[in-house]
Amino acid sequence: MKDALALYRRYVALSLRAQLVYRATFVMKTLGHLFVTGIEFFGIWALFARFGTLGGWSLREVALIYGIADIAFAITDGTGRGFDKFGSILKAGDFDRMLLRPRSPELQLLGYELQLMRIGRLAQGLAVLVWAGVAIAWTPATVLLLLAAIIGTACTFFGLVVLQATTAFWTIETLEVWNAFTYGGNYAAEYPMAIYRRWFQRFFTAVIPLALTSYYPARAILGRDTLGAIHVLGPLAGVAFLVISLAVFRIGVRHHASTGT
Amino acid sequence: MMGYAAIIAARFKALLQYRAAALGGLFTQIFFGLVRVMILRAFYAAATTAAPMSLPSVTGYVWLGQAMLLLIPWREDTDVAEQIRTGTVVYELTKPIDLWGVWFARSLAWRTAPVFLRMIPMFVFAMLILPAVAPGWGLAPPPSAAAFALWIGCFAGAVMVSAALTALINVSMMWTLTGEGVPMLLAAFATMFGGLVIPLPLFPDWLKPALYALPFAGILDFPSRVFTGNLSIAEGGLVLAHQLAWTLALAAAGRYFLARGLRRLVVQGG
Repeated sequence: MKDALALYRRYVALSLRAQLVYRATFVMKTLGHLFVTGIEFFGIWALFARFGTLGGWSLREVALIYGIADIAFAITDGTGRGFDKFGSILKAGDFDRMLLRPRSPELQLLGYELQLMRIGRLAQGLAVLVWAGVAIAWTPATVLLLLAAIIGTACTFFGLVVLQATTAFWTIETLEVWNAFTYGGNYAAEYPMAIYRRWFQRFFTAVIPLALTSYYPARAILGRDTLGAIHVLGPLAGVAFLVISLAVFRIGVRHHASTGT
Repeated sequence: MMGYAAIIAARFKALLQYRAAALGGLFTQIFFGLVRVMILRAFYAAATTAAPMSLPSVTGYVWLGQAMLLLIPWREDTDVAEQIRTGTVVYELTKPIDLWGVWFARSLAWRTAPVFLRMIPMFVFAMLILPAVAPGWGLAPPPSAAAFALWIGCFAGAVMVSAALTALINVSMMWTLTGEGVPMLLAAFATMFGGLVIPLPLFPDWLKPALYALPFAGILDFPSRVFTGNLSIAEGGLVLAHQLAWTLALAAAGRYFLARGLRRLVVQGG
């Protein structure tokens, strides 16, 4: 385990050094990400300026939910690049080389690339979260809950990217259908789940647990609910989702027959 | 003229091959459309003042946006960017055909073939399937035959504006070389200020004149509002003028900067 961590640190250091060689491009890309995601929140602000409220939710309340979703997505987007690009790694035969090395393929995929420019999205999510947070009376319990919500949500997104990679064992291509659940899941999780239809809420509770990892903790942090078991245990559903996804990925690895390139 | 027609036809045929990708994209676009409709319905349900767009109109607008998604100038033409990066663009200059015209012709095909592939199944879903399952959630037919005819004209105008923007992005590659910065920022502008995420009439009133003046409004927003009847036939005529003016302006800018870029171009002889 300690050995794996040390190796991961080396992967990260290599990846960062490579990206910082093109410093101007890096700065432009990071600012680009900051702007592209920042403009999304501007859109939400515009809707609130027009309508005043979203079914009883204020802009600041939505900002907390939005912040959790975007920070979590930025973490997954930055670290999960190897799984995200798994289709092309598989097609090029690079995965076979990973299997030959005396380390787990999951670790090698995790170390494939740490995308530093996702800091742009992260910074944007943080800024929105801080703006939402200044209006909240924080306690040690709610601070912990916020951290748990971010980690649990990031785990859920990561699980989705792992599942997306797993399907590539059968289809070789990375299917665009998964964008509905990764990008679409992120988009849906930026708003309070209460505004959606029942079947949609159930899907994001029982199948992809984004409601459990971010929406319920947010309700408790905002003081809409008194802290209960569902708020504390909710983020764990994200961890469970990731563990199951990784187990499914293992099945894929066992199924794997090389493309032969 | 024949040369450009051949380029458009060849690109069109090549782009029609990506049918499986179109199907996967359709699922994702339906998902995003449903989330957008649910969000807007929730805002409308809580509204205390009348919105400048009716709920059926706004719902139809969302589905038109999802259907026309690929009309947006998302990124540079990767083949052209590769030519500029490697320098093989000089071979193009030896051909007896205008370079900006070639890029514009390629963009015209690129902004139509993939759109058709996704638009037709999306229309079937939003106009026939969805209203049967959930009345009031889909895309209603245009209010009149005249509005439909005008929408077809506006669609053609939108393709022209978008293709001119794409050609301009290609030109910007002569300075930036990488296809990361300019296309990314432009795509962000085009999606937000073109009405894909939020219908432009719902933006604050003080911001609307600026948004309507930009070329992006002519790509998704105006044509969709002609279709749903939010804009009258007379206003539709103004939309065509807006699109034509922007196409000409963007074409002039593209040609000007291309000429400047070519003046600095140095070819290494072997």
